[in-house]
Amino acid sequence: MTLPPLDSPQWHGSLRAFGWGLRATSATILSVVLFVTFIGIGALAHDTHFSMLWAILSTVLVWAGPAQIILVSTLGSGQTILQSAIAVTMSAIRLFPMVVAVLPLIREPKTKRRHLVLIAHFTAVTLWVECYRFLPHVPRERRIAFVHGLGSGLMAVALVATIIGYLLAANLSQTFGAAVLLLTPLAFLFSTLRNAKELADVLALGLGLVLYPLAAKLNSGVDILVSGVVAGTVAFAVHKWRERREAA
Amino acid sequence: MSDFIGDWHALVVLLVAGVIPNQIWRLLGLWFGSGLDEGSDLLMWVKAVATAILAGVIAQIVVQPPGALASVPWELRYGAVAAGLAAFLATRRSIFAGVVCGEAVMLAGKWWLG
Repeated sequence: MTLPPLDSPQWHGSLRAFGWGLRATSATILSVVLFVTFIGIGALAHDTHFSMLWAILSTVLVWAGPAQIILVSTLGSGQTILQSAIAVTMSAIRLFPMVVAVLPLIREPKTKRRHLVLIAHFTAVTLWVECYRFLPHVPRERRIAFVHGLGSGLMAVALVATIIGYLLAANLSQTFGAAVLLLTPLAFLFSTLRNAKELADVLALGLGLVLYPLAAKLNSGVDILVSGVVAGTVAFAVHKWRERREAA
Repeated sequence: MSDFIGDWHALVVLLVAGVIPNQIWRLLGLWFGSGLDEGSDLLMWVKAVATAILAGVIAQIVVQPPGALASVPWELRYGAVAAGLAAFLATRRSIFAGVVCGEAVMLAGKWWLG
C-alpha cells in the first residue's frame, strides 16, 4: 500500500486520515504476526481456565503480548498476585521510553495531553515500529487520526485472534500451540533489532539475552530486573565511553 | 453467559496484576515524556535498560517456556532462535524471513523427533 502524497486532498479531514491508518494495518507483515500471537494468547488463556471475557479484556486493556503471556503463565503456575504484578510491570518498563519516543512524532505545539491518551494506550512494539515507517508519509496535522486508525486496526486484528484462539484452543495440536508461542520471542527479537539505531540498543539486547539465564539461577523473583538493569547499564556505559572517545 | 464472564475475582486479578502494572508505564511516558529530551542521558539509560529487560522477557519465554512450548526440547528452541537470527541478518533485517525460518526449524525439528 502506498499512502497518498502529503499535499493530496486524500488527507483532508480526520476521518479520511483515520481510514488510511486503518488500511495501513493490512499493509504490514506485523499484522500477521500479531494475529498468530494473539491466537496463542487466546488459547493460553483458555487452557489456564480464564473466561472469554477475561481474555478479551486482557487484550483490550493490557494490550502488550509479552505482559499477557507472563500474566497468564505466572497466575496459571500458582504464583501470587504480587509476584505476577511484579513480573508484568517489569516486562512493561519498555513502554515508557517507547511512548516518549512515539509522541514527538505525533505532537503539534497546540496538541493537548488528553488528545494523546489513546495513542499512549495503543503504543506497543507493533505500533512503535509502524509509526517510524508510516508517519513520515503522513501530514503532521493528521497524524493523531492516522495513529488512532492504525491502533484500532491492530487492536481489532488482535481481538479477533484472541477470540478465535480461545474458541479453538481445545482443538489445537500441541505442535501448533508451541509454534504460536515461539512467535512472540522471534517477532520481538527481530522487530527490536530492526529498530535498533544505536550500538547501545544492540548491546543491551544481546547482553540482556545472555545475562537472563545467568540471573535466573539466582531465583530472586526479580531475575529479569537484575539482568535488565545490569545489561542496560553496561550498554549505556559503553555508549557513553565511545561518545567521549569520539569527542576527544 | 456466566461461562463467558467467569468469576469476578479473576477479573479483579486481571486489573491488579495485569492492567495497572502495565499501564502505569504508558501513563508515565505520557506525563513526563514531553519534559524529557529524546537524546538525554537519563532517557538513553532507561531505553537501554528497557531493551535489556525486553531481551530478558524474550529469553525467559525461550528458556522457561510457557504452555505447549515446553514440549519442545531446549536444543530445538535455542536452535530455532539462532536459525531465525541468521536468516534475519542474511536478508538485511527482514523480520518476516527471521520469523519464518525460526518457526520452520522448530517445526521441522519437532517432526523429525516425532
